[in-house]
Amino acid sequence: MSTPVVKFNVYARLLHWSMAVMIIAMLFIGVGMVSTTTEAYAQLVAIHKPLGAAILLLVLIRLGVRFSHKPPPLPGDLPAWQRHAATLSHWLLYALMLLMPLIGWAMLSAGGYPVTLLDGLQLPALVPIDPALFAFLRGAHRYLALLLFATFLLHLAAALFHALIRRDNVLPSMLPWSSRGARNGSQGDAGMPPE
Amino acid sequence: MHPPSRPSLQERFRRYRQPAGFALIALVIGVIVAAFAASAGWLTPSRLSGADVADTLEQHNGAHPGFRRAHQKGVCVIGHFDSNGQGQALSKAGVFAPGRTPVFGRFALAVGTPYSPDGVPAPRSLALNFTQADGEVWRMAMNHVPLFPVATVRDFVALQQATAPVPDTGKPDPARVAAFMAAHPETRAFGALMKSTPTPSSFANGNYYSINAFRFVDAGGRSRTVRWSLAPEAAFVALDRSRFDALNAQDPNFLFNDLLTRLHAGPQRWHLLITLAEPGDRSDNATVQWPADRTRVDVGTLVIEQAALEENGPCRNVTFDPLVLPAGIAASDDPLLSARSAAYAVSLRRRSGEPPRPSALARDGVAPAPMEPRP
Repeated sequence: MSTPVVKFNVYARLLHWSMAVMIIAMLFIGVGMVSTTTEAYAQLVAIHKPLGAAILLLVLIRLGVRFSHKPPPLPGDLPAWQRHAATLSHWLLYALMLLMPLIGWAMLSAGGYPVTLLDGLQLPALVPIDPALFAFLRGAHRYLALLLFATFLLHLAAALFHALIRRDNVLPSMLPWSSRGARNGSQGDAGMPPE
Repeated sequence: MHPPSRPSLQERFRRYRQPAGFALIALVIGVIVAAFAASAGWLTPSRLSGADVADTLEQHNGAHPGFRRAHQKGVCVIGHFDSNGQGQALSKAGVFAPGRTPVFGRFALAVGTPYSPDGVPAPRSLALNFTQADGEVWRMAMNHVPLFPVATVRDFVALQQATAPVPDTGKPDPARVAAFMAAHPETRAFGALMKSTPTPSSFANGNYYSINAFRFVDAGGRSRTVRWSLAPEAAFVALDRSRFDALNAQDPNFLFNDLLTRLHAGPQRWHLLITLAEPGDRSDNATVQWPADRTRVDVGTLVIEQAALEENGPCRNVTFDPLVLPAGIAASDDPLLSARSAAYAVSLRRRSGEPPRPSALARDGVAPAPMEPRP
């Protein structure tokens, strides 16, 4: 690592790691809650809804940060297919983290459920009651969640590939702590995926 | 054969760095996938999901696409709740402030098939949706018997399996039924209660019970364990159960048509009674009744004004999930509540994706015609 690390914007890093924890928790809670009929069901559903709303709020901020701050560039020697895969998977992640809470909200509305986040705090219905729409959105919520989980695994595997095999500056550019020789900003040629 | 010279430690490290890196990546991904599979219950087939409960009901009742997985035969009703203000001392929920809350609901037979005649020894149910002025919703699904036959979802599934019709005879296997009953005194007690409780002659003159316990939380944060029931104003008349066959021959929808006739004549009223638990009363077991002398508070009147076929009423496309509760009403530690919520959600998901079939009342025609639902 001869070149200094160009780090992501501090807000981008903060949002990345906090949302990573929330989204992974959300995926585990989601598959966990539909697998059970014990009291854990009610407890997990009660966490799933406000956590989803928080993710929706954060992803909007995050997209704002993404569009206003250019991320560090990918390493110059990265093969073209890996470059394309990185771009594609990052936009897929953004799309899914925006879509999943919106689908969840619309799905509950179409199924006639009140969208209760906390005791007495309720979101308005996003769409009117509609059984066919409910069935479609409920299916979409499940399959897109599995796609999001698969995309996360790919993202993690790629990050570890950069860190352990290529040993480039991709992972350090997103690490929450500042590394030696790190520079903040988006210039330089030693940086990271467009995230 | 030995190599000419042993590679240095650094060279050996370099040689294994790449495979070790890939192995570490595979290990990390593998551990996460395994944790996900464990969380999803894929490694523990014995875990019961809402889908498992719905599957069991489908095996027990047969497939009836487009219908609820239980209590299939029903009709929508519309009305309101007039609160007398007495409930405010018990719960901060807006529904108990003096005044009127719009209500819709569904009367149904807990019979397992959508086109059953009404003269069957099955529990009757009333499900309700209260929409408070602040937008919060209170839903409930009540039965005309105050207890449930089993205390846990595992026992519920076992009961459905034990009483499922056998392909050869079309009837439950008596040995399996007997074995279940022998092991479940609470289910025997429920059967005895069903037998000893007179069957109301009408949906309109029946009591309806919350079955499970809940918690009411007042404005000061004090929590009380409660059950509730609806007591009819219409005079109770018992139905002679030996006449089921004759009544079915006359009109297989006699109960529903009776309700429509009564609603045609005028609104039907029930008093919402909140029963307060005392120390020692079980809140976690829907097979155990509380002593009859518990304090009951009359908190207002449910007024049912109109009926509507499921086809054009407000009740078919929602689920009367007992965990849809406003602030001021909360779940108790009764394990059936989560199970009901989970199973109802799967029932809604499945029937919503199936083409709707006509309800028995729409198919057979009703007299008098149900009133149009309010917009």
